[in-house]
Order: sequence, then C-alpha cells, then structure tokens
Amino acid sequence: MTLAIEAHGLTKRYGSTQALAGIDLEVQEGRVLGVLGPNGAGKTTAVRILATLLTPDAGSARVAGFDVVKQASEVRRSIGLTGQYASVDEDLTGVENLVMIGRLLGLSRAAAKQRTAELLEEFDLTDAGKRLTKTYSGGMRRRLDLAASLIGRPSVVYLDEPTTGLDPGKRDDVWDMVRALVAKGTTVLLTTQYLEEADALANEITVIDHGRIIAHDTPQALKRQLGGQTLEVRPLESSDLPRVRELLARVGTREPEQPAPDLLSVPVSDDDALTRVVSELAAEGIGVSELSLRLPSLDEVFYSLTGQAHDAESTTLEGAAL
Amino acid sequence: MVRDSLILAQRTVTKMVRNPEQFIDVTVQPIIMTVLFVYIFGGAVAGNSSDYLPFVLPGIIVQTIMFTSLTIGVNLNTDIQKGVFDRFRSLPIARSAPLLGAVSGDIVRHVIAITVTLVFGTIIGFRFGTDPGSVIAAVLLMVVFAVSLCWVSVLIGMLARSSGAVQGLSFLIVFPLTFGSSTFVPASTLPEWLQGWVAINPVTHVIEMMRGLLSGPSFMAEGTTIGGEVVWVLASCVVLVAVFFPLATWAYRKKI
Repeated sequence: MTLAIEAHGLTKRYGSTQALAGIDLEVQEGRVLGVLGPNGAGKTTAVRILATLLTPDAGSARVAGFDVVKQASEVRRSIGLTGQYASVDEDLTGVENLVMIGRLLGLSRAAAKQRTAELLEEFDLTDAGKRLTKTYSGGMRRRLDLAASLIGRPSVVYLDEPTTGLDPGKRDDVWDMVRALVAKGTTVLLTTQYLEEADALANEITVIDHGRIIAHDTPQALKRQLGGQTLEVRPLESSDLPRVRELLARVGTREPEQPAPDLLSVPVSDDDALTRVVSELAAEGIGVSELSLRLPSLDEVFYSLTGQAHDAESTTLEGAAL
Repeated sequence: MVRDSLILAQRTVTKMVRNPEQFIDVTVQPIIMTVLFVYIFGGAVAGNSSDYLPFVLPGIIVQTIMFTSLTIGVNLNTDIQKGVFDRFRSLPIARSAPLLGAVSGDIVRHVIAITVTLVFGTIIGFRFGTDPGSVIAAVLLMVVFAVSLCWVSVLIGMLARSSGAVQGLSFLIVFPLTFGSSTFVPASTLPEWLQGWVAINPVTHVIEMMRGLLSGPSFMAEGTTIGGEVVWVLASCVVLVAVFFPLATWAYRKKI
C-alpha cells in the first residue's frame, strides 16, 4: 500500500515554545487521518510543514512521494489546503477568487472558468458566485475556501479545523463535502478539536498534545480505550445527587464526575448502560431533567489518555503563530 | 513568474477599483498640496505664485509619488493578516510573485497621481517648458523610481507587526527625504550642513530631473544637467532594487 503522507520526527520550535517535539504521521492513499488536539497542541504547525509553508527544524516528510523541503514545488502541485481561517479574498467575487487560483495553477483562462463553474455547482455556490465574498456567510466562505483548495484536483487535501466556529447544520454540510472528496479517492488530513468530528470522518485518529503524539488508533479502538461514551444525568432535585452518583458508579468505568453543580457524568462502555440507568432511576423514583449519552469531549479524552485534566492555558501558540 | 505576477497584479487593480477610497491619496491629496504650496508659499518663496508653479509642481509630483509608493507596505501588511497569502504560498508559484503582483498593480496608482497633478497644474496655469518626448520620459522615469522605492515599503510592511506601525515608519522615511531636498525651496537658500544632505539625497536628483524634463533646464539647480540627473536617478533605482527586493522577498518568506 502506498503512503500519501509520511512524516518522521518532525520538530519545530518558536523561541522558547516547542510547537512540535518529534511527531510521526502516516496516511495511506485515499484514507482520512484525523489529528485531534486542543489549541496550541501543534496541529496547525504540522499541517503548515506538510503544506510547505514552514520548514521543520528536524525530521522529514514526504507528501505524494515528494520531500516537503527539497521538492516543495512538486508537493504544492499535489496538495490542497483549507486553513482555520477561510483564506478567500474579500474584495473579489467567488468566481474571481477561483479563476485567479486556477490561473495561478497554470490553467488557461477558459479552463479556469470551466473548473470554477464546476466547483461552484458542486459546492452550491453558483448563485453567489458573482457576489463579493465579503457578503458571504461563514459557511459559504468555508465552502468557497474548500472549493479553492480543490481547483488543481489535488491528491492530498489538508483540512485545518474545517468546522471550528460553524453552527451544527453548516458543520454537517462540510462533513458531507469531505465524504464526497474521500469517495473520489482523495487522501485527507483533518485537524480538529472534536472527537465527534474525527470519529465521523477519519479512518484513523492521532491525538497530539504539546507537540507530541499521545495516542494513535482507529476511532473504534480509541473510543474503547477512552471508555466509550459518556452518560450524563441531571436530577430534578439536587437532594437526589448522592443517590444518582451511587447509581452511576455501578454502570460507569470510572468514578462519576460533577461537571456542573447539578449534573453528573460518567464514562460507560456497555451497550446497555443507558437502559440499565433508566430502569434503575425509575425503580428508585428519581426524576431527571436531563439524561444523555454522548462521545467524550476533548477534555475527557485527555483525562482518559493522560490521567490529568488538560491545561487549557498552556499555550495559545497556534493563534499567535498565524 | 511574469505570468503569475500579472495575474496577481490584476487582483491588486481589481481590489483598488472596488475600494475607491484608495484613490484619495493619488487624486485629492496632490491637488490639495498644489493649492497649499502654490498659493500659500508661492509669494514668500518666489515673489508670486505663478513664478513658483513651474518650480514647485515637479516637486509636488515627486512628493506625491513618495507617499503613494510607501502605502503599499500598509496594504500588504493588512492583506497578509487576512490569510489569502497562505493560499498563495501553498500554490506552485514563485515566492516573490505575490509581491511583484502588488508592486506592478500599484503602477496604476502612480500614473493616476502624476496625471492628476499635471492636469490640475495645467488648469491653474502650469505650462510645459519642454517637448512631449521629455514629458513622456519624465512620467516613465517617475514610475520607474516609484516601483523601485516600493520595495522599501514592502520590506517595512513585511517586518512591522501592524499596518499602523508601517504607516508610522513610512512617514519617518518620507519626511526627511522630501523636505530635506530641493522640493519646495532652492537648495542654495539652506544652511550649509543641510545642503550636504540635500546633495546626496536621491530625491533631490529626482526633483531636479523632473524640473528639467517638465519645466525646462532653466528651472534646475545650478550645475545640474538633465542627462546627469537621469543617470543619478537610474543608479538610485538600481541600488534600491538590488538592496530592497532581495530583503523584501526574504522577509516575506520569513513571515509566517
């Protein structure tokens, strides 16, 4: 099997901050790798190195068979990049943005226009194409940005937090587009802060923190390792909290936590955990105002993997580096 | 590289047309400067405003071009913060192409600035003292100087943290260069120590050249010739580009 992305021992330092402390990544052709981590973990730095925007201090990487440092130009011909901030030109229309990029990629004016029309159609932007992009909504900008990264029919696409800041409906649209991309055989490297997103799209997930890989597995195996899903219960009466805590302790894989004053949560791995909790709550006569089952949040992932809560204030390097 | 730069120059021009306020400094500003200097200082410097006009108008063109050349750094600094340049950098084009595109797109602004000043000057009584060939040469040489000077501003735009800082730094450069020259008064009226600076200031030579080509050699400082000043100006352009183009491209690569 051929590797579309292959990175070994990538390190990058900004002043006194170690953005990447030696990471290895491998993505097979046509597969999706989800890189999961908090702000400042080094996700964007890794993507920027793989997109030839930064050179690593040490380590090497090959993308589509080309070295990102020595064959940067060939790499740029093979990749598409969609950044955290939709990088479209606000003073140009959607059509002008895409035609310009098409022409910079070497297409003739006619070919660039044709490719633009195809992509606008595909991303449901045909009507908006003639408008200045500064009038676009956040979701439309992301779509145009994604379209812009696909003009050259790249074999490898980087999506750097493609849904951060989008509302849930728009997020689903982006997910559908990513799935369509993968169906055509494109290799995708996706960075995200949401396990749910990585779970929905990726074949494999790499979790990074402070520039190091702390886990790498398939979504299924990772979820098993993390204790599957999280069960949350909010009793109607706060006097019931101790009884609910006791009850959750029996079905959970860990001691229940209290993320909010009257909310209890516990990771569960059994498929029948929810049914058991429902029937036990009913048997004990405890009324609840909220009862839900969800995938663990990034904080919980870190707690499970490292045994400590993630230090949210550690760095804001990614923001600063841009 | 030329093709990519032209595509990106087209982007610069489109953006200008969409933001007409970008033309204020090349249209309204030279008119205000002309009115200000001709009618306020004309009497004091040259006895009356009509005698001052052929002396000062070439100077106002040069001053306007100095200011317009140095706004490119402000524009590029803002542009880069918006992320479009990340896209350019991930494309298989020359690293300098986005900068070359911005600089060559700005030629439109330079030509407008020169034209507006000349047309307005003519309306208030300026008459060319030379032939059309000299006037065309003046415009072309002025544009060449503007494009060369742009690279200083591009470098500042790449190094400064904010567009406000670019503006401040640019003004620091423009003021001693334009006022410390023979733009508004003959250099012979200045104290000796200042005359030393004026003589080596490249802007002085640009102004003398423009006076010679637009108003006629009799308006030039004593001991200068059109040919000599053209050589001075072209040499300054070569030095500006040789020093600041590589530095600006280097700073652009470094800017993350």
